[in-house]
This record gives sequence, structure tokens and C-alpha cells, in this order.
Amino acid sequence: MTSVRQKTEFSLNAAEKLNETLNAFLEIDREGALARADELDKASASQSLHGIPIAIKDNICVRGLQASCGSRILGDYHPPYNATVIERLQNAGAIVIGKTNCDEFAMGSSNENSAFGPVRNPWDTTKVPGGSSGGSAAAVAAGIVPVALGSDTGGSVRQPASLCGVIGLKPTYGRNSRYGLVAFASSLDQIGVFARNVSDTARVLRVVAGRDESDATTADVPVPDYTAELTNNIKGARIGFPQALFGTGLDDEVAKRVRSVVDTYRELGAEIVDVDLPHARYAIAVYYIIATAEASSNLARFDGVRYGFRAEDAPELRQMYRKTREEGFGPEVKRRIMLGTYVLSAGYYDAYYRKAQQVRTLIRKDFSDAFNRCDAIITPTSPTPAFNLGDKVDDPLAMYLNDIYTVTANLAGVPGLSVPCGLSSERLPIGYQLLGPYWSEAVLFKLAHAYEQAKPFTEKPPVFAGE
Amino acid sequence: MPITKADIAKVAQLAHLELDEEEVKMFSTQIADIVAYIEQLNELDTKDTGPALGGLTPEDEQTDSSRNDALKPSLGQKAALEEAPDPAAGHFRVPKVL
Repeated sequence: MTSVRQKTEFSLNAAEKLNETLNAFLEIDREGALARADELDKASASQSLHGIPIAIKDNICVRGLQASCGSRILGDYHPPYNATVIERLQNAGAIVIGKTNCDEFAMGSSNENSAFGPVRNPWDTTKVPGGSSGGSAAAVAAGIVPVALGSDTGGSVRQPASLCGVIGLKPTYGRNSRYGLVAFASSLDQIGVFARNVSDTARVLRVVAGRDESDATTADVPVPDYTAELTNNIKGARIGFPQALFGTGLDDEVAKRVRSVVDTYRELGAEIVDVDLPHARYAIAVYYIIATAEASSNLARFDGVRYGFRAEDAPELRQMYRKTREEGFGPEVKRRIMLGTYVLSAGYYDAYYRKAQQVRTLIRKDFSDAFNRCDAIITPTSPTPAFNLGDKVDDPLAMYLNDIYTVTANLAGVPGLSVPCGLSSERLPIGYQLLGPYWSEAVLFKLAHAYEQAKPFTEKPPVFAGE
Repeated sequence: MPITKADIAKVAQLAHLELDEEEVKMFSTQIADIVAYIEQLNELDTKDTGPALGGLTPEDEQTDSSRNDALKPSLGQKAALEEAPDPAAGHFRVPKVL
């Protein structure tokens, strides 16, 4: 039997070796991970994640490791505490092997906004891995770790999962504690899970989910044994098909693949029902008002006083704030702070922020109406497979439109799961998304598991650690 | 509504960002484009729709976010100052204010 030390060494070696190609890790904790592995080898193996190596997005606090958030303004900041999800993972026997690269403060859909260079897609290193949790997605896709954590504010777990050919879950808002997750947009952020199969995703969610006194937005809703519910029988399940979302802007190959997933579900005994989400097309506009408004407020704390980077040659306080923020933040973060400040500024609040919150109500209502008729909704995760590095960097609006299928779940607070469903003609992964009512993670897992059993996705990317 | 370079400069000041001339130019165009895009929300009549403010809890569900008001150890002065760029005598030191 393989020892925990051997498994951990395998992950560490793979992380170090493949990082030259992928740039997926910003820090690899060889010493800490091996010390923990040795402890676990001496203990009994009764914990649910005993000896499982895991990678953590660099905006989630792990005591002793850096938390740069992909930003110069935090640089080599080392948080003095663990996020709640990290406490829970470690108590369950998981071993954090390192911190993964991401778009700066989780703002981006391609990982090109990291201050430490982009992550590359293991399927084709000229392509983006998606974002913002691109490092975590690439680390799982390349076989470095079986599972990883990311954060999802508008699709930042599901979209890179889709582009890298792995499973990505954004749980219900309030399912996972955000304590120790560096805040981007507090009413949308959720910590999510990457894995190469549904069962591993379910196991990790079971460990990290649930009420936490340190985050008042976590809900006191029981956490089921998700794995126990992974039966293959989905007969009679009702899956909503929003025809209108399969139109303009959607890549033909992606549309075809996702439609074939719908056929598979029908063959497995599910009932496919037509649903309409009439306000989904306004979701990007709503998202980029609410997310940037919240970000402009959350990122006000980065001022060079208490932690992180401080600009030199600023003899006066206000000048120090400005220079620190000017030199510390990258262009996309500045753009979003500017937009958020603009939409909240005097005279514009009602026209933008209040309006967006009203349309958010309409989007929530769309979902509650739809879920009266079905158990889950199927959509593509991303409108296209992975695109070329550099293709969209000069056009922020085109980049934002990558999130068209994912942002609705964050606005409504409902869970979303991205599942791989094949490769494009260029051998790039395609993913579909299941959206469910609040607290329906078990239903999404069951549906995804049934598909996974019927049509296993067994392809491996060219950049892969091997077993 | 057109967004001028003066608007951008004002917003930058509110956000404590010291943008250079090139950034002001770039953001004026890009933010104008994004604002034009988000203005499509005006197509919708929302006069009878409430905002989803405080809507962190899924509709029809109540969650109890209260907890016992018990003392817990805090970070402590030493740990809190460890990551500060310029700590001095148990404080965060900053450049002169006035």
C-alpha cells in the first residue's frame, strides 16, 4: 500500500516539475506537506480525506503559507490564521501541498490578470486555462492533485473547470464559510471544489460545508452524506432545457456536445422539460454593477498600512495610499474599482446599483419559477472551449461575456456544477453546467454521476503527471 | 451618458487611485463602453420590483445567524503587526497625516 508520504511526494514532484510549463502554483510547501504526511502515516487512517493532497487558490488563507491573491499589493503576505475550510480539510486528514495561481483578486476569466504571469492550459499550453481559479483547475487537470479549492464569484470555478476538463462546483450561497477567503464581492463569493470525478467533489464538499460562527452568512442547513446519494438511478428526474440560451454567441461544437448530453439524460430516463429564464440575458450587466460595487468597497482595505506592499517616497498619508494602490494593483483590478466607484458615486446609485439589484430580484424569480417545473437546469458552462492566450486581453467587455452562463447562479445564490462532456475538434475540453435550487448539491451530484457513469470522460491532457 | 476624462479623474480620486495620463485615457474609453452595455437594464420596467438588497438568504428560508456572545482569544498585538510594512513600538506607523 502506498504511504501518505509517497502520495504527497508524488504530488509535490509533479507540482514542481510541471510548474515550469503550467505556472499553476505560486508556492509549493514541500517541507510542511511532508511533515504532515509523516504525522498521518503514524496515525490511524480513519479520517475521510486521510492523506489526500490538495491545492488551494492563493486567495484562501492557509496559516504559514502566502496569500498573494495574484496581486503585487499583497505580495508575500502570510496570513496568521487558517480559513475555516482549511481547518476542516486539515482536521479531515487532507494535506495542503501549495497555493495556486489566479487572476488578481479573482477578477478575470483567463488567468492573464495574475501579477505573476498566466497559468497555461494542460490541454494546449498556447491556450488559457480559464479563470479566475485557473491554477487550481490546471493542477487537477494535469493530475498533480486529485482535488483543489477555488472561489467562484461569477464562474471562477466552473469556467476554468470546463476549459480544463475537470469537475467544478459552486455551492449554494451560504453552504461554505467565506471566513479566510479574501473578499471580492461578498454577496456573490463562494468557495468551490475542483476534482476529476463527482465522487471526490462530493467527499470534499461534505467536509468543508456547513455553518460557521465566523461567517454569519453560512446557513444552518444540514450537510448530507453526498457520496451515499450517488446512485445511478435518475429515472423521472426532470431536467430543464432553456432553449433560448443555446443561440447567438454559442460555439457550434459546444452547442452540439451539450445537446448530446441532453440526449444521454433522456436515454437514462430523465424527463427533459422546456424552461425559460427571460432575464438571463441581463445577467452580465447586473453582475458587473454589483460585483464591481462590492469590490470597490472590499478592496478599500488595501492601503499599505496593516499588511502587504507600501509604496516608497510618499511623505504624506493620502499620497501613500494612492501610490501604494497605483503601484500595487494591476489594470483589471483598477478598472473594476473605478467602475464600482462610479456606479456607487453620488447621483448614480439609483440608476445603476439599485437598478441592478432590482433586476437581480427578477433573475432570482426566473429561477424559482423554473425550479417549480424541474429539478435542475442544463446549460453550457462556457460559450467556447479554451481560447488563445492574449486573444481578449485588450477587450474587457469581450472577456466579461465568457461568464454569460455562470453569473446567473451567483446572482441567484443557487448551486452550479460544471461537468466535462468531451473534446472539441481541436482536442480542447467542453463542459456542461447543471444548476439547481438552493441546497440541491446532492441532486446535481447524482445527475452528474449518472452521466459520468454512462459517458466516462477518460481522456488525459498532453501535460499530465501520470499515476 | 458620455464619460469624460474629468469624470475618470474624479472617480480615481474617490477610489484613492493615482492614475497616469495613459490609464485615464484607456479607462475613459473602456468604462464608457461598459457603462453603455450595462445601460441595457433600462429596457426593463422595475418600478414594482424590490431590490435584492440583503438578499443573502434564499427566499422563503430563514437562517439564524446569531451565536453565543462568548469571549474568544484574538490575534494579539505581535501577530497583528507581523505583516505590517512599517510597524513601530506596537503600532502601525504611517506617513504624516497633515
